[in-house]
Amino acid sequence: MQRTSVRACLARKVSAALLLTALPVAAVAQTAPTAEPVKLGIVSFLTGPAAGPFGIPGRNSAEIMIEMLNAGKVPAPYATPGLAGAKIVPKYVDEAGSTANQVTEFRNLVQRDGVNATVGYVSSGNCLAVAPVAEELKALTVFFDCGTPRIFEEKPLKYVFRATPHATMDSVGAARYVLKKFPDLASYSGINQNYAWGQDSWRDFVAAMKALAPKATVDKELLPKLFAGEFGAEISALLTTNSKIVHSSFWNGDLESFIVQNGARGLPARSTMVYTAGETAMFRLGGKIPDGTIIGARGPHGVMAPDTPLNKWFRGVYEDRFATAPTYPAYHMAQSILGLKSAWDKAAAAKGGQQPAIDDVVKAFEGIEFEGPSAKIRMAIGNGHQGIADIAYGSFRFNKAEGKAEIVDVVRYPAECVNPPANMTSTAWLEAGMPGAKCN
Amino acid sequence: MMTGLRILLGAAILGGLGAAAPFTPLWLISLVTLAMSTGLVVCGLIILWRGGLVPFGQALFFATGAYTVALSGRWFGVTDAFLLIALAVIMAALVAFVVGFLLAQYREIFFAMLSLALSMILYGVLVKSETLGSTDGVNVAQASFFGMKPRGPGYTFALFWLALGMVFLAWVGVSAYLGSIAGQLAGAIRDNEIRVEYLGISVTRLVHLKLTISAALAGAGGALAALSISHVDPQMAYWTTSGGFVFVTILAGAASVPAAFLGALLFEIVRTIAVALLPGGWQLILGSVLLLTILFVPEGLGSLMIRKRATISEKGAA
Repeated sequence: MQRTSVRACLARKVSAALLLTALPVAAVAQTAPTAEPVKLGIVSFLTGPAAGPFGIPGRNSAEIMIEMLNAGKVPAPYATPGLAGAKIVPKYVDEAGSTANQVTEFRNLVQRDGVNATVGYVSSGNCLAVAPVAEELKALTVFFDCGTPRIFEEKPLKYVFRATPHATMDSVGAARYVLKKFPDLASYSGINQNYAWGQDSWRDFVAAMKALAPKATVDKELLPKLFAGEFGAEISALLTTNSKIVHSSFWNGDLESFIVQNGARGLPARSTMVYTAGETAMFRLGGKIPDGTIIGARGPHGVMAPDTPLNKWFRGVYEDRFATAPTYPAYHMAQSILGLKSAWDKAAAAKGGQQPAIDDVVKAFEGIEFEGPSAKIRMAIGNGHQGIADIAYGSFRFNKAEGKAEIVDVVRYPAECVNPPANMTSTAWLEAGMPGAKCN
Repeated sequence: MMTGLRILLGAAILGGLGAAAPFTPLWLISLVTLAMSTGLVVCGLIILWRGGLVPFGQALFFATGAYTVALSGRWFGVTDAFLLIALAVIMAALVAFVVGFLLAQYREIFFAMLSLALSMILYGVLVKSETLGSTDGVNVAQASFFGMKPRGPGYTFALFWLALGMVFLAWVGVSAYLGSIAGQLAGAIRDNEIRVEYLGISVTRLVHLKLTISAALAGAGGALAALSISHVDPQMAYWTTSGGFVFVTILAGAASVPAAFLGALLFEIVRTIAVALLPGGWQLILGSVLLLTILFVPEGLGSLMIRKRATISEKGAA
């Protein structure tokens, strides 16, 4: 009995506190027409091995973007509060667990919690599994980090969008940068995790290399299992080759242990390492990464992002809140939410400022162009549902004087240079030798 | 033993659930359908469990069933749900029949580990098959039911009714098997194999049969899961999936067949509530539930039902 009253008292205090903090927000929002809040499902890895490098930065980025959008504090052109004046109420869901769990939780979000839209998913498997359900439920869904090109290439989708470019761009960008650094490359090797992301990354990289440098041959093609953590045998195999470069799409623990282990065996002295997702580990490892290592960030994100007001603002608020620089998953989340806002605001504008229906937002989203913190995103392929953007690659340098990890020699490739055109699948485009790529 | 009255009662309960479907929120229907697919697998596990056999690789048959559904649709254009499930059951039973010649020789931890190893072989093969999408898996086309193609909520209902039908068949079938001589011998196998052999019964062949039956049920569960998720991936063959089935069997206990389905449903509901309550630590809740179950209901939820029934009949006698 006593406990109940304490709890009730606490609840009252908490709600009073919430009310007080909500007052200034409400005052800002008053300028816009008062609208029903928009419920937004945010799905990202909160537990498990993918939480640290991808899930948590994505979730944190969503938290800060939603808060700032609600307060109308995001710089132009996003300075209007919320989604067309409606406050965003997020609901966070963990992406860990089987695809069956993810499909169930997605249904719960849409049918039980009644979210108006969902932004989420890091794992390509989850994206592929959720896409047909989103179509079935007619639920607007924006994938933020998964990379597989298959999403819109297997069948056209109406309610699913992905502002973040797909993974083909990472491999094509890497191939172009490698050949700029080593124009007469004779042979190369690759070490990638034996699961979809690793296999796809390597396949696309080899295809891009075949198109750009047909004479270069593959020495060693290594596919150790995911989260192997120990790469002694693979490093020995790589040490026997004359490869000038070694391609790797490793991430998280595998990436870090591979860097430490191959450094100890002197592999980087023989071959330049190319880490297409290296940016997530760069700050933690610092001086352990040899200078000259080629680093990618799945887009021109993080330290490779341009110095625009939007990017400066984003880095500022993110670092203030979480005491660490935003890595690419944070950028992916931010640009996905901004894409949703752009579409929402455009749909509302077409209705004279009224809250749009989901089908209006879907229509407005198709083919939209908007500014992300790091690049302009154009929903140009996949029937206007898949975004393309520039990509950047650079070389690692450890600034000993300041003890800081840096990227130098950054080259930024335009979107059309590294993405397939609207009428071709990425595999067909790569196999045809990347026709129509515009690189200047 | 199953009496006609109990079969009628079961049919009435399942029929009532089916009739209630249109008035139930859709998310709950798909959640129950998925839980029923787990329940079917657990139902099969109970058969082995009673014989003292705990397979840590039941996901092998689960994934075989699921991939049979996905690939029959993809490669051969089979869309009829009943045909797909029948194919899945046959494939899973066939795989179990083949590996059973090896598995049925082993008991206890060796049985558990060998079955786990076999399921991990399937996992490894699936991960290496890039044409099957590797770890990303492949989509399953929406099925038809005797030529009808319900879409949207209708499809969710159709799958739910299909699941109820499967549950009914599994419940009647497994109860009948557990009541038969072969089924009743399970406890004897667990306690003393040599004596069973002296009765003139081959224990190896009996275990082989139990394994095949349980695999057929796991295949049915996999098929239902594949249809209800519309996606299959190698994770379905991974050892954590097998571990999940063992988890639910512990929760449900091997004492009663309906408990398998109630346990699976409870597990799914606890999981989904835990995810909603604690997005960053839902596994903690799930783990605590298992711990508490082991501490306070070591024989599983099914034992509660049976205890209840026992007290009622005692009172009736007095």
